[in-house]
Amino acid sequence: MTMTLIADAPVDVDAEGFMTRPEQWNEQIATAIAADNGISELTDRHWLVVRFMRDRYLQTGSAPSIRSLGKESGVPVKELYQLFPKGPAKLAAKLGGIPKPKGCI
Amino acid sequence: MARKQIVILGGGTGGTLTANRLRRHFESDEAEIHVVDRDDRHVYQPGLLFVPFGLAQPEQIVRPRRRQLHSGIVHESEIETVSIEDDEIALNDGSLLPYDVLVVASGVRLQPEETEGMTGPGWNERVFTFYDLPGAAGLQQALRRFDGGRLVVNIADMPIKCPVAPIEFTFLADWYLRERGIRARTELVLSTPLDGCFTKPVASEHLTYLLAEKEIELVTEFSAGEIDGVGGKLIAYDEREIPFDLLVAVPLHGGAAFVERSPGLGDALGFVPTDPHTLQTTAKPNIFALGDATDVPTSKAGSVTHFEGDLLVQNIASFLRGDPPEASFDGHTNCFIETGFHKALLIDFNYDVEPLTGRFPTALGPLPLLRESRLNHLGKLLFQWIYWHALLPGRDLPGIGPAMPTAGKKHIPAHA
Repeated sequence: MTMTLIADAPVDVDAEGFMTRPEQWNEQIATAIAADNGISELTDRHWLVVRFMRDRYLQTGSAPSIRSLGKESGVPVKELYQLFPKGPAKLAAKLGGIPKPKGCI
Repeated sequence: MARKQIVILGGGTGGTLTANRLRRHFESDEAEIHVVDRDDRHVYQPGLLFVPFGLAQPEQIVRPRRRQLHSGIVHESEIETVSIEDDEIALNDGSLLPYDVLVVASGVRLQPEETEGMTGPGWNERVFTFYDLPGAAGLQQALRRFDGGRLVVNIADMPIKCPVAPIEFTFLADWYLRERGIRARTELVLSTPLDGCFTKPVASEHLTYLLAEKEIELVTEFSAGEIDGVGGKLIAYDEREIPFDLLVAVPLHGGAAFVERSPGLGDALGFVPTDPHTLQTTAKPNIFALGDATDVPTSKAGSVTHFEGDLLVQNIASFLRGDPPEASFDGHTNCFIETGFHKALLIDFNYDVEPLTGRFPTALGPLPLLRESRLNHLGKLLFQWIYWHALLPGRDLPGIGPAMPTAGKKHIPAHA
C-alpha cells in the first residue's frame, strides 16, 4: 500500500491504484482517475454507476458484481461496458474510491 | 420440547444430507422433517463432467431422491413462495406448509436464456452445456461427431457451480481428442471473464501452466454478451469475438425461481444472503441455508455443502433451544481436478487460506496438493461411492472434517 496524490489530495492506494480508504475520496478524485483511464468526461450515467457502487460498498462492505450492477443500478450491462470499457465493475470501483472488488469464487 | 416442523427446500446434496443428519439428531417426537423437491431424480453432479466423453452414462449418475432420504416426509411439488412473515411455504399444488425452522437448500438454476442468442438457433446443435443432464448427454453425441476445428469452452460469468469444472473439461477434451487422433486439427480454447483461469492466485498459476502444457488457449477477461449459434461466434460486451465450431457454454447461474418470488429472501441474483460462519440467513433467524443457494464467499461445490452440514444441524438445534448459533464454518472447500490420462490434482482451501501446495492427509495416505497424480484420480473415482453411501446419509468422512487442515501444507501467505 502506498500514499499518492490524486487531484492534489493525498490518498492511500493499492498496487493497482484502487483506493483503500474510501473516506479520502472526493468528486475531483473520480474525475482525475477517469481521465487517467481514458474517460474524458463523466456523464450523469457514469455518476449514477459510480455512486451506486460506492453507496453499496459503504452500506454492505462489498461492491456488486457486473451482473448485480446491471440488474440493480438501472444501467444495463451492455451500456455499462460502453461507459466503462474493459471491466465496468472494476473501473467504477476505482473511480468511486473503494477497494478492488473481490471476484466471485 | 413440543414437536417442531423443520422444512427443507431442495432434495439435492445439501437438502438430503441435512434431512438425514437432522433425523439422527432429533427423536421422532421432537421434530417432523419435510423435504420439498419438484422431482424424484437426484443427479450425482460431479458425474456430469464425465458424460460428454462417454466416461459415464446419464443413467449411471441418477438415483431416486426418496431412496437417499431416511424417513423424512417428501413433497414432490414446485415451490411457489416462502412467506417469511407467516413462517409458511406455499406449494404449487395449492397446499401450505408451515414451519418452525426452514432450510433453503435449493441450489442454483441455470439461466442460458439470459445471454443473448444462447438458446437461439444452434442451441443443442453446436452450442451445448454439460451443466445439466440433457446437455451433457447431447454433448456426448456432438463430441462423437466432432471431427476437428475450434472447440471453445466459455464461462459466461461468475458465480458458477464447481469453478474448476470448465478447466477440467478442457483437460479431458484434450485427452479425448488425442485418443481419437484429431487433437492436431483441433484448436481448444477456454474463455473466462476472470483475469486468470481460476479465482485463487497460487492454484491459477499451476493450472495456467497445465493449460499451456496441453496447448489449450486461454482467453481472459472475456465477458460474453452474445452467442451467434449460426455464424459460430461468441461476442463479448467489449466487441471482441471468438469463433467456434462447437461451443461448450457454462450459462449464467441464479438462485431458484421461488427465491426471486419470495420478498426479502434473496439478493438480485436469487441467492440467499447467509452468515458465512453460522449459516443463518439475514432474512429471519429461523431460516437457514446451505450449499449453492447461499451467497457465502466460497466455491459452489458439494464439498462445501458437506462441510456445512455438520454445523448447520448443530445451529438448528441451538436455535430451537433458544441458544445463539455457533460461528465456526471456515469456508472449507476440497476439490479433485481431473487432468486426463488417469491423473488428477487436489486443492483444499477456505475463506482465508487459498489453495496451497504440499500434501493433504487422508485415510488413503497423503494426497499431493496442486500436483498431478494417479492417486488423486482414484480418489475422484472413489468419491462417487462415498457420495451415495457416506456423504448423503450424513456421516462424517474419516479424516476429512469440516475445518480445513493445515498440516502438510506449504505455507505461502494468503493473498489479500
